[in-house]
Amino acid sequence: MSKAMLFDSTLCIGCRACESACAEKWGLPYNDRIGAEERISAHKLTAIKTHGERFSRRLCMHCAEPTCVSVCPVGAFRKTADGPVVYDAEKCIGCRYCLLACPFSVPSYEWSSRQPRVRKCDFCEERQEAGRPTACSEACPTQATISGERTALLAEAKRRMAEKPAAYYPRIYGLKEAGGTSVFFLSAVPFEQLDLNTQLPDEPLPGLTWRALSQVPNIASAGAVLLGGVYWITHRREEVRKHEGGGKERLS
Amino acid sequence: MSTLAHWRSSFWTAVFWILVAAGIYGATLRYTPGLGSATHLTDAFPWGLWIGFDVMCGVGLAAGGFMLVATVHIFNLKRYKPILRPAILTAFLGYVLVIVALLLDLGRPERIWHALVMWNPHSVMFEVAWCVMLYTTVLALEFAPSVLEKFGGATPLRWLRTITIPLVIVGVILSTLHQSSLGSLYLIVPNKLHPLWYTPLLPLLFFLSAGCVGLAMTIFESWHSSRAFGKQLEVPLLNGLGRLLAVLLSAYLALRFTDLAQRRELSRVIEPGGEAYMFGLETALLGLPAVFLFLPAIRRRPAALYGCAFMAILGFVANRLNVAVTGMEAGSGTQYIPKWTEIAVTLAIIAAGFAVFRPAVKHLPIFEPVET
Repeated sequence: MSKAMLFDSTLCIGCRACESACAEKWGLPYNDRIGAEERISAHKLTAIKTHGERFSRRLCMHCAEPTCVSVCPVGAFRKTADGPVVYDAEKCIGCRYCLLACPFSVPSYEWSSRQPRVRKCDFCEERQEAGRPTACSEACPTQATISGERTALLAEAKRRMAEKPAAYYPRIYGLKEAGGTSVFFLSAVPFEQLDLNTQLPDEPLPGLTWRALSQVPNIASAGAVLLGGVYWITHRREEVRKHEGGGKERLS
Repeated sequence: MSTLAHWRSSFWTAVFWILVAAGIYGATLRYTPGLGSATHLTDAFPWGLWIGFDVMCGVGLAAGGFMLVATVHIFNLKRYKPILRPAILTAFLGYVLVIVALLLDLGRPERIWHALVMWNPHSVMFEVAWCVMLYTTVLALEFAPSVLEKFGGATPLRWLRTITIPLVIVGVILSTLHQSSLGSLYLIVPNKLHPLWYTPLLPLLFFLSAGCVGLAMTIFESWHSSRAFGKQLEVPLLNGLGRLLAVLLSAYLALRFTDLAQRRELSRVIEPGGEAYMFGLETALLGLPAVFLFLPAIRRRPAALYGCAFMAILGFVANRLNVAVTGMEAGSGTQYIPKWTEIAVTLAIIAAGFAVFRPAVKHLPIFEPVET
């Protein structure tokens, strides 16, 4: 079964317990100064963002068809059967195409390291595998972040919206964005007011490059035939000219 | 006269060593504390000058190699032979310098070989990596005869001759794939790259514009070589290249504007803002030579021909930097201005290119191809 996460902005009180639980899981430093940084970075893999009186969260969305998995030249990213998108630092060559390509601008880089890695949330893969909730959802005191089975979480999201229709903007963010994700957002206001990107196409992005990449064998074979053909014709002409004896060779 | 020449040469020697020193400082900074100290790159803007200029322009400026190789060996237009070897040398040097830039830009350059064994055919970067490796090898083999003729390697020379044609065909195909794949890299960012540059036609446009700049670079380098080595300029040949350049540039611009019109983004050309301004600059630099080079009077005058080629080169560079930098700023919600060390390393790499080109041309049979 596929794992997912639901973040309900209407329940979030901005306590940042998710941030500190995440830092603890990764062994990253956490204090008030880091807490005040409202964006994800190589030392902060999830972040609470303040929008007036509302809060939203940032973390890897664990896309159904992840762009990072498709763009990595050495296959350092992998989508597991359970849903998490995980990264293997041992493979990574540091081209940073994943940072450029991610539609949610999630991966971060260790810019000041001599042996830099990409950092991003791994959906607590090992915890979820053991049937436990992610560190952030376990730490959340208000059920603003919960994790579990995808179908159950979507049912829960719909239940919350049906119960208090006035409290929610009637859409779930993450269902369709870039082909769908494993992290869903609920909000009282349109998602762009939480600075979420609402301009993303519904189709998964990897198809955009695959359309070009899948032409490579055609270009290579057609090119070989075409160039070989032109070579044969132009050199055959020269030979014919030589044989007929009349032609003056124009060798420079 | 001789003192002036002397002063001139010591001036350029001084400039060269200052650039090299600054470049070495920048490279040291990059390898000791890390990329963050040597560049202004951030999570929001992970690719800067080294990718946008050193790699993307470097590969394009090397396109003269495959254009001339195809002209002489495939299309059998032997009269272009005198400028074939300089074009191959330029391309080979260009690719070597691109690899140098990649080794600086990659976070873990010592793992560059990973692309050989850890495959992901769904990644454009994977295609790029293979094209760089294979085409650099092809260029080395295409360049090798100049070295072997000089230092007497008759047997390997004979082997190379027997594989010339397959090698040439493979090289042209790899170039086609590589030039276009640099455009394909940006197909994945429809939400980040400005609509003046984002189009599904990016691979085709990159290939066409690389063809243009390949011709322009051949004219450019022939002109410089003729001045530096007191050689007779091959005016009729360059005239022919100039005419082809006019046709290619016009085809490129026609496709560019048709595409903008079809995507209904043409009005953005006059939308006030940095993007429209930079688009205008790029288009003017490519459009003016397209018009001028149709005039036979311009093509007959070496200086005018050179000026047009130079404009086309600048237009090409503007286009690649617009895709990599200008067009990506708004979509990433950030601004990127390269750090001075990024510029210093880039200039040092260019200086190294000139520094190797001169002795190579002087000591190897580049301008005096032996008849095959």
